[in-house]
Amino acid sequence: MTSTQKRLEYRMMFKQNVEKRLLVDKIVRIIVFSCVIIAIIPLGSILAEIFKNGTAAISYEFLTATPGAIGTGEGGIGPAIQGTLIIIGMSSLIGIPIGVLSGVFLSEFGENRLAQIVRFFNDVFMEFPSIVLGIFAFLIIVLVLGHFSIWAGAFALSLIMFPIIARTTEESLKMVPMTYREAGLSLGLRRWVITMRIVLASAKSGLITGILLSVARIGGETAPLIMTILGSSQFFHSFDAPMDALPLRIWRLSLLPYDSAQLQGWGSAMVLIIIILAINIGVRYFFLRKRGSGMFSRLIRQKILGGKR
Amino acid sequence: MQKGLGVTGKRKLNTDKIFKIGATIAGAYVLVIIALMVFELLSESYPVWQEEGLGFITGTDWNPVEGRESFGALPYILGTLVTATLAMAIGVPLSIGIAMFLSDSPKSISEPLGFMVELLAAVPSVIYGLWGLFVFRNYFKDWIEVPLHNTFGDSVWFFSGTPFGLDIFTASIILAIMIIPTVSAVSREIMKAVPQQQKEAAYMLGATRWEMFKLAIFPYSKTGLIGASILGLGRAVGETMAVTMLIGNATGDSAIPQSLFKASQTMSSIIANEFIEASPASVHLPALVGVGLVLLITAICINVVAHLLVTRMLKVKEGIVNA
Repeated sequence: MTSTQKRLEYRMMFKQNVEKRLLVDKIVRIIVFSCVIIAIIPLGSILAEIFKNGTAAISYEFLTATPGAIGTGEGGIGPAIQGTLIIIGMSSLIGIPIGVLSGVFLSEFGENRLAQIVRFFNDVFMEFPSIVLGIFAFLIIVLVLGHFSIWAGAFALSLIMFPIIARTTEESLKMVPMTYREAGLSLGLRRWVITMRIVLASAKSGLITGILLSVARIGGETAPLIMTILGSSQFFHSFDAPMDALPLRIWRLSLLPYDSAQLQGWGSAMVLIIIILAINIGVRYFFLRKRGSGMFSRLIRQKILGGKR
Repeated sequence: MQKGLGVTGKRKLNTDKIFKIGATIAGAYVLVIIALMVFELLSESYPVWQEEGLGFITGTDWNPVEGRESFGALPYILGTLVTATLAMAIGVPLSIGIAMFLSDSPKSISEPLGFMVELLAAVPSVIYGLWGLFVFRNYFKDWIEVPLHNTFGDSVWFFSGTPFGLDIFTASIILAIMIIPTVSAVSREIMKAVPQQQKEAAYMLGATRWEMFKLAIFPYSKTGLIGASILGLGRAVGETMAVTMLIGNATGDSAIPQSLFKASQTMSSIIANEFIEASPASVHLPALVGVGLVLLITAICINVVAHLLVTRMLKVKEGIVNA
């Protein structure tokens, strides 16, 4: 508690050496601003290097062909692009229904002990190291089936996806006014019809935002793919075979000691970052703009935090 | 009475109940997965606990060669802790500075700058690794590591060793960049949660902006800011690809972090490097699963603490808990 005495003290303190205090204030402001600049420099450098080095690698052949012999610099990343699209599609197939339903549970039936526990563990699960999710998928799918498979990779990525979707779904469902639900009830509609037809429909843009952000997140995930889809240089032929993906290809290329491999690595990184940035900026532009400022950071916070709202 | 799709009438099937059960199952899925995950990791790593006992955590020897097998994960545990702590020491002050700037400047400035900082979170880990390996490492080695080594190398132990660029220092800096978006976004929210009256009171007494932060915001948001930093620590502990590409990948005794300019290894990077080569028949695979288990437990502990601290702080804002 600040007493009157203390307040007087503060006032005396503030009256003295005004110039020095203003100087300190100015210095702090400069330091704080330079923090922002220091954080933005890496982003600028990453993007500049990727586009500078990547454009040299891009050609029609590079985007569609299978990788050539190691070290020759021939061939391309066709299987990797195809693999990334397949794995995103398949993990969405598993992750989206579970995530959305789980979000519905948290928002519509979320006033009990179980929901509180689920909400907390959902948030903690979101921060699990992704490589451990990969080990888990390896143990329960690859080891049991006896071979690397796309299913294992899709399962591992769906584990990253569903908590993000659950959280964003919950938050956007909570923004739907209670009166909408009451209007539905007064019409004698069943609860599930209200939820599916009215509540989910009016929270559509929030849902799409969450789904797209989670897609952007898994698109760049590498660690869980190492031990599930392994990587390959062929196009897709079976769900029970190894497959390539862009992040995996970038990693493998970066380990090779050839300049040509490095160039191909930058090319692949450019393709990947274009996909991911397009989703991120597109989401912000189309879905988050209408809601006013701060929605993006709020979403980030909700992805991270378990604050009850 | 009119009957239509979904209108309540007399029906045999209670669709509402089925829907609720379905949603509850989807909600409980996460609990099942966590339980199953812990169980699987425990049972699959059992051979190594049987073989090594507690020596698995305290041992420093790591040898997967058949006949001379020995698995001690201590160097990797230390590697993880050292890199993550360094990343936090560098990243957290920067993030708090960013949060101070963004929470206290007009929207027209804070919005685009804030967005750029948040984009750092969207860049995939493997691209940080690529950039770190081919771009950042060279500048960092020539401009920072070599001068530091030449000046302090003989007198300060953690600047000894030969700067090569693939070492603990480089990996920690990249990790620090990677945790900035998380920590700054959470810190910003927490600073916003400080009641306006507190800030106005400080200004009313004649405080400058900096003094307002010192008098009103920091004392009020201390817990939350600590939580935000721990959240960043959690991120840094679990990070795999960028670290794997930059830390130099030493194994066994040589991976014990002794100097900033030495190659090391973290728990996640040893798994990424050796997992597909490990044979399920030997103890090598259980050993790597065991490392995964230790990593998981570390991450869970850190994140639970962080969530409790941050949630408490944001609840204060909503008046549920009295500070």
